Amino acid sequence: MTKSWWKLLGCALLLYSVIGGFLMPVPVLPILNESIRNLYFHVPMWFAMISLYFVSVVYSLKYLGSGKIEDDLLAVESVNTGVIFCFFGLISGSLWANITWGDPWPNDPKLNGSAIATLMYLAYLVLRNAIDEEQKRAKISAVYNVFAFPVMIVLIYILPKLTDSLHPGSGGNAAFSALPMDNMLRLVFYPAVLGWVLTAVWIMTLRYRIRLLENRHNTIS
Amino acid sequence: MKTVTSFFLLFLSVLQCFAQDVEMATGLRSSGKIYVVVLIVSIIFIGLAFYLFSIDRRLKKIEREN
Repeated sequence: MTKSWWKLLGCALLLYSVIGGFLMPVPVLPILNESIRNLYFHVPMWFAMISLYFVSVVYSLKYLGSGKIEDDLLAVESVNTGVIFCFFGLISGSLWANITWGDPWPNDPKLNGSAIATLMYLAYLVLRNAIDEEQKRAKISAVYNVFAFPVMIVLIYILPKLTDSLHPGSGGNAAFSALPMDNMLRLVFYPAVLGWVLTAVWIMTLRYRIRLLENRHNTIS
Repeated sequence: MKTVTSFFLLFLSVLQCFAQDVEMATGLRSSGKIYVVVLIVSIIFIGLAFYLFSIDRRLKKIEREN
């Protein structure tokens, strides 16, 4: 239990973000109305996804250095868990877009970029399944992963910032520091992000540990 | 606790004065029913957290056996 304090911390932060996210006062804005509270739930999904993909790249690089199959397994499980959070982000985003922008999928650079990034990571998972030999699979997918990560960052973070996007913080669109009561939003938003990242990493480690057991089981029998 | 809630309600009513033209869910909140939603979501989340912890514990047991 002493080593799992961060799991408890993640849960506590999420509980706080649920309570605070519903009850704390938010800026009163037209069109958004109460849906501004989605900020506490939709955006942390993407933070959790990017963190998991980052962990995956770190372990892919580690695998290329060490050649240990455990590093490769952690990299895959990170992407597996990251993809789940990606889909949560896409679904919650398109529901939110439907009521505020009037279209579940407006042609926004951030949306299209994230769609391409999603396909890139799905391709990573498909690529892995296509190769039978363990060492070869680990090496090729590690190299693919190292290239995919920077492209993902460019697609969902940098390119939308350079062009006009409906998302705040892009083009001429200001981020939430321009809003009234922005500190009130931060008070819930940052703990929510940290809570989701910690919980996502926790779920990833659960999957990794199951994968390790499966791997050991397969190599023995 | 009572002073905190009354202060909170006062704060919300002040907020409402500022927001004549923008419709927020203040009515819902002043009638107190948003708390039911918060409670339900919190209970669901706590349940899921306990579920995750129990998976973690079972996994630890299997790891020890192996």
